[in-house]
Amino acid sequence: MAMTGQRDTYDRRNRGLWIGLAIPGAIWLLVLFVAPFCVMLAVAGGGVNEFFQTVVPVWNPLHWSSWNLSAVWHDIFGTGAFIGPQALRTLVYTAIATVISLAIAYPVAYFVSRYAGRRKTLFLILLIAPFWVSYMMRMLAWIDLLQQGGLFNSALSLVGLPGNTDWLGGKSVTVILGLVYGYIPYVILVLYAFLDRIDQSMLEAARDLGLSKWRTFWHVTIPLSKPALIAGTFITALPMLGDYYTNQLLSGAPGTTMIGNAIEGQLDSPGYVGQGAVLSLMLLVVLLIPMIYYVISTARGSLENA
Amino acid sequence: MASVAGESVATSPPEPAELTLRRGARGNPWRRPWVMEGFTWLYIVWSIVPIAIAVLFSFNKGASQATWQGFSTKWYIGKGVTSVLHNPSLHQAVIQTVVLAVLTTVICVPIGVCFAIGIDRWRSRTSNGLNFVMIFSFVVPELLLAVALFLLVTQGLTFIRLGTPAEVAGLVVWNISWPAIIVRARLVSIGRTYEEAAADLGASRLGAIWRVLLPMLMPAVFASAVLVFASTVDDFVIVEQLSSTANTQPMSVLIYSNVHGGLSGPALNALATIMLFLSLVAALIGFLGYRWMTRGERTKGSVEALTPIAGI
Repeated sequence: MAMTGQRDTYDRRNRGLWIGLAIPGAIWLLVLFVAPFCVMLAVAGGGVNEFFQTVVPVWNPLHWSSWNLSAVWHDIFGTGAFIGPQALRTLVYTAIATVISLAIAYPVAYFVSRYAGRRKTLFLILLIAPFWVSYMMRMLAWIDLLQQGGLFNSALSLVGLPGNTDWLGGKSVTVILGLVYGYIPYVILVLYAFLDRIDQSMLEAARDLGLSKWRTFWHVTIPLSKPALIAGTFITALPMLGDYYTNQLLSGAPGTTMIGNAIEGQLDSPGYVGQGAVLSLMLLVVLLIPMIYYVISTARGSLENA
Repeated sequence: MASVAGESVATSPPEPAELTLRRGARGNPWRRPWVMEGFTWLYIVWSIVPIAIAVLFSFNKGASQATWQGFSTKWYIGKGVTSVLHNPSLHQAVIQTVVLAVLTTVICVPIGVCFAIGIDRWRSRTSNGLNFVMIFSFVVPELLLAVALFLLVTQGLTFIRLGTPAEVAGLVVWNISWPAIIVRARLVSIGRTYEEAAADLGASRLGAIWRVLLPMLMPAVFASAVLVFASTVDDFVIVEQLSSTANTQPMSVLIYSNVHGGLSGPALNALATIMLFLSLVAALIGFLGYRWMTRGERTKGSVEALTPIAGI
């Protein structure tokens, strides 16, 4: 208690200094993180200059029109809607890619955190390496391999399979594997960070009390790694939902487009910027609950550490 | 055999003996998990080999990405072919990437470090709110932030021009959470004792921060600078939305827009290899520097120096 008291006086005495230190970052965040989303609202609620097809933002919320919103709503749910299927596809791709990522990442992270022993540094270097390779490079590597006449097709024909598949011609499986390949280093690192902190004595206690290896895993390890799995899901699913480049690089076909492509397309077409803003805000609103949950659990985690 | 005996004693009586025996026979807890180890190696091969092949083919003599035709650096420096050195747009992209990475790191790290110290000590509703905004900027999908920033600089604050100014402004806000989160974690583990001791011994407020706190924070500051640099080199979404002319397109954007048609071929692999090289050099400097700065603090060897530079 005495410690806390002292700490509080020290902090309070120098309050002006702490505020001064926080101010540049605070201004940067307010002007370039909070304000942009306010502009997005103003554009979404604004109109279009009929003659120039330019955006006319409306700054007063009382004067917002629902024109853009209803146009987007029609594109998602109405007849002949083209955004609806893209949104659905985004969900399906993200769900499959997240599950595959977790299924690959969990055993790897589990092995390195528990069994790697003295070779842990080597394994960690190898697991961290892809994290430092740019996303573009990782996609380019697969474009080289998967192109017609590329090494992957050659390898297929070597083992007697048809080696002339056009993997980059709009295949969902290529896009999903691209997503997995792109985001899995992050999942592994997050899972490792959590699994490494699991107290080994808990697992030993379970074994000592007579649980089999598999039941220890099921009843002790899995519940203990639940926060890890949740964090891993967030770390992959959130960026995947806003991804528009993986499918462009690995397929480029309209049959594999995601919601990010819809947003990008509208921003690039004059007269549709307002609808792009509405669509972005809709995605934001959908993601708001998982994001807030994630932020609160991270904040709580850092408080507990303190 | 000892494990069999140990387990059958501990298991509850109604369990069939046969099951206990079978489990005991393969329940050696010290057995190496071969399957999992094999799986881990498979993953590592899968994650690294395609990239190694792409790097290899940037040194190919011919334009093929499937047949090796001999070693050559012509896609990097060759004359008369589309090489990074002699093609103006590839050349410009390398420069733009380095400019953005340096500017962003130089602006982002000091602001983020000060923000972390300020937020950690200024305990109020406002500081909690700002902390929330900061972590939020960490989890928001990059596309949404990029679109919002694009609208801000085209509809609102139009004095921030599209191109390098907008790119740097956006990259700083996107990366500010690295120094803020990493430095704050270290602040928490340092505590206030050293600063208070310095104050008791007559140091001024700023003196205590500058001479006592900052040197202790240096490893975290350094690790976050390396992370900001590398993540700026690799960034794509924000720079794609906020670049204006071809002159302000860094390497990632150029690769993206040329993969299908345009300047495809080994020159793009060469460009991607240069990006890889920049990031890996930053990582290596980060790892060695962090290890050197925290020498004497570590108990478990170099593993602890690896985790901060990966941002975990």
